[in-house]
Amino acid sequence: MSAPTFDLGKLHGGMRLEARKSQSTTQGIRDVPIPKQLIIPLKQHVGDEAQPVISIGERVLKGQLLAEHYGSLGAPVHASSSGKVIAIEPSPVTRRYGDKAPCIIIETDGEDQAIEAWEDPVDYRELDPSSLMQKILQGGIVGLGGAVFPTAQKLMQATSGEIEMLILNGVECEPYISCDDMLMRESAASIISGARILMHAMSIEQCLFGVESDKPEAIRALEDALSTYDDDRVVLKQIPTIYPSGGEDQLIQLLTNREVPTGGLPSDVGCLVQNVGTAAAVHDWIVDGQPLLSRITTISGDGVLNPINVRARLGTPIADLVEAAGGYTDRAEVLIIGGPMTGKSISTDEVPVVKATNCVLVLSEAPSRERELPCIRCGECAEVCPVNLLPQQLYWHACADNEDKLREFGLVDCIECGCCDLVCPSHIPLTYDFRMAKARIRELEDEKARAERARRRFEAREQRLKLEERERAEELQRQKDRARKTGKAAIAEILKRKRKKDD
Amino acid sequence: MQFERLNAPHVRSTASVPRIMLQVLLALVPAAIAHVWYFGPGFLFNLIIATGFCVASESAMMAARGRPPEDALSDYSAIVTAALIAFALPSLTPWWVTAIASTFGIVVAKHLYGGIGFNVFNPAMAGYVVVLVAFPADLNLWVAPRMGDTDYTTLSLVETLTFTLTGGLPDALTYDAVSRATPLDLMKSGLNQMQTVEEIRALPTMGDFGGRGWEWIGNFLALGGIWLMIKRVIRWQIPLGVLAGLLVPATIAFMIDPGSNPGPGYHLFSGATILCAFFVATDPVSAATSTRGRIVYGIGIGFLIYAIRKWGAYADGAAFGVLLMNMAVPAIDAITRPRIVGHGGASRE
Repeated sequence: MSAPTFDLGKLHGGMRLEARKSQSTTQGIRDVPIPKQLIIPLKQHVGDEAQPVISIGERVLKGQLLAEHYGSLGAPVHASSSGKVIAIEPSPVTRRYGDKAPCIIIETDGEDQAIEAWEDPVDYRELDPSSLMQKILQGGIVGLGGAVFPTAQKLMQATSGEIEMLILNGVECEPYISCDDMLMRESAASIISGARILMHAMSIEQCLFGVESDKPEAIRALEDALSTYDDDRVVLKQIPTIYPSGGEDQLIQLLTNREVPTGGLPSDVGCLVQNVGTAAAVHDWIVDGQPLLSRITTISGDGVLNPINVRARLGTPIADLVEAAGGYTDRAEVLIIGGPMTGKSISTDEVPVVKATNCVLVLSEAPSRERELPCIRCGECAEVCPVNLLPQQLYWHACADNEDKLREFGLVDCIECGCCDLVCPSHIPLTYDFRMAKARIRELEDEKARAERARRRFEAREQRLKLEERERAEELQRQKDRARKTGKAAIAEILKRKRKKDD
Repeated sequence: MQFERLNAPHVRSTASVPRIMLQVLLALVPAAIAHVWYFGPGFLFNLIIATGFCVASESAMMAARGRPPEDALSDYSAIVTAALIAFALPSLTPWWVTAIASTFGIVVAKHLYGGIGFNVFNPAMAGYVVVLVAFPADLNLWVAPRMGDTDYTTLSLVETLTFTLTGGLPDALTYDAVSRATPLDLMKSGLNQMQTVEEIRALPTMGDFGGRGWEWIGNFLALGGIWLMIKRVIRWQIPLGVLAGLLVPATIAFMIDPGSNPGPGYHLFSGATILCAFFVATDPVSAATSTRGRIVYGIGIGFLIYAIRKWGAYADGAAFGVLLMNMAVPAIDAITRPRIVGHGGASRE
């Protein structure tokens, strides 16, 4: 069982990056103390902002619903400790690189008093799949791998396809990040249990669990947990450590040799992918009745003194996490939320931990500030692209703003993994350029759609006006006719009366 | 605490354009030493003159384009062009020939197309071909290789320099006394005179595989090229493509008629084969860009070298092969575009 299984699909390109993970895995996961203030953003997920259900001044308890999910896509948020709601106001968030977005601010009371369990825990096996999904929705659970897509809705969307297998993503391919690794080491049983719940919700009988081969401790822990559950539907698969093998589509390709079609979803190839942290959160909620209140976050990089993994309440300021990691070193220069490849560089450590915060990375130098040189078409970017794009050609067309060519060369298929950018000897910020080009195309499409709507509205109005005019004309004609008719009749009447009088 | 906002990714590899160019120059050093050893100091003078004119014309063009010259000079690509021109020219070349090749390469082939990254043609080869066509007589003065020919007069350092600067030989010496036809020339003219390959190969300027001296320069160039491949400065597709495109037809012809077709070893170690395969055709700017495209591009160059050597008017065809395939690059790139993951092909098993 422990023999590595490499009978897998192959990924084009990718890179072997220096892992730099061991610095944060020497100690177990540590709890971060309750902060004085919790800053809980209303939008910690893909979709619509949650709607507050509490009022300012109200005392809330740990686990209490603060804002309920709203719209067709979204997730609720809960209080991660007890205290008083002091404000609902814009505050800096990671999602906006340190700019402000609406948050619920709670002044904690340090008692960490929890609400009574929502409901008595029920055996999920007695729930039918759709009510299980509804229940998952209430737990505020979103994809904890970083994409934060609401889990319940991901399950619901997937039911429209023919799902054959659940894929658990235990592949943490970015350097420095080790939160999933630590979770797998310490809570393997919760992950397996969560996977079983997810399989029940989707009525599927197969689960591939992908883990990178450079995580022997995690693999051992998972094997132990699997043997306790004795569930042969869950199969552990080791995959080679190549960035970005943890990308959803890339992992599917590695494990099943299937390619998610362009513009499509994993469900198009019969797969549903969930991060290990998500699976554990599903277990915590369904089995233990605890909604998503905290997450494991790696604090690492040469800008902090004591790299570590922490379990932090959602809403805890990043500054508190850095404190838990011994504080900044003198050389701390760049603050990144996420990994070095795709993480967001943010302006302030006042932002809170949210459901997406898998890593806080503090680096001492910013290597991407070198001067950009002309592209020499060396093609290194194409060698490493995991989607087999030709980034140098895309770059050319992005510079020329050639929308059709950008489409033709697969700009939308770019996963923004940063590989091309990293290897570029001309130091061209390809990922950034592609992101901008995508935004421009989206804008153009929006504009087109708006123009189309405006055109339709205009045409409808024209038609309506024409119709109204015709109706008016007809009405006028009718009135005239009537007037003429009635006029004639009236004259005839008068004449008749006159004749009568004359008689 | 406040931080600066930067764009992901937040790491970089150590690769850079200047570094690549320096690595290429470094890879040329052993072959340059062999060149001087076998063919005298003329190579060094050519190199100095070519470098001077490449750098000067690049500075002038950048200034004319309203840009700081150091922006272009700091990537060392002009020096690589100069080095390739020096390798292409005979050891005895009058300075103005070198100057014209260098200036044309940089001014016309590089900067008039928009500078590095935008040039369609390899600047070194464009410059070389201009002088090859314009001054054929001046590109014939290859001195005989060391240890090859006993009745041959070696030029001293000063005499070589004098020739380079004035185009004049010391009194009492004729061109024939100091220069020898290159192995490829001998092969071409010999075969035209109905000699057999075996007879031609017995001439004193011939070595074990190709021409004497040339084969050692070739060995060192190959060494440098392989080092560049290990360092991932160049990829295997173009060199192997060039070699395959040349050697496959050469081997077939040799097997059919060894009397009038020199063998693959001879083609490999004579003329510009290895220089072209590892250092010229691999110029990324003017080469095809996808993996498959590079194989096609390389094979095309290799085959053109063979065709020109076999049927053309010139003894060697590397420069022409490269320039012709440069023109084909947009077409090759368009045809060989790789399949994007998720587009057609294998989805559900």
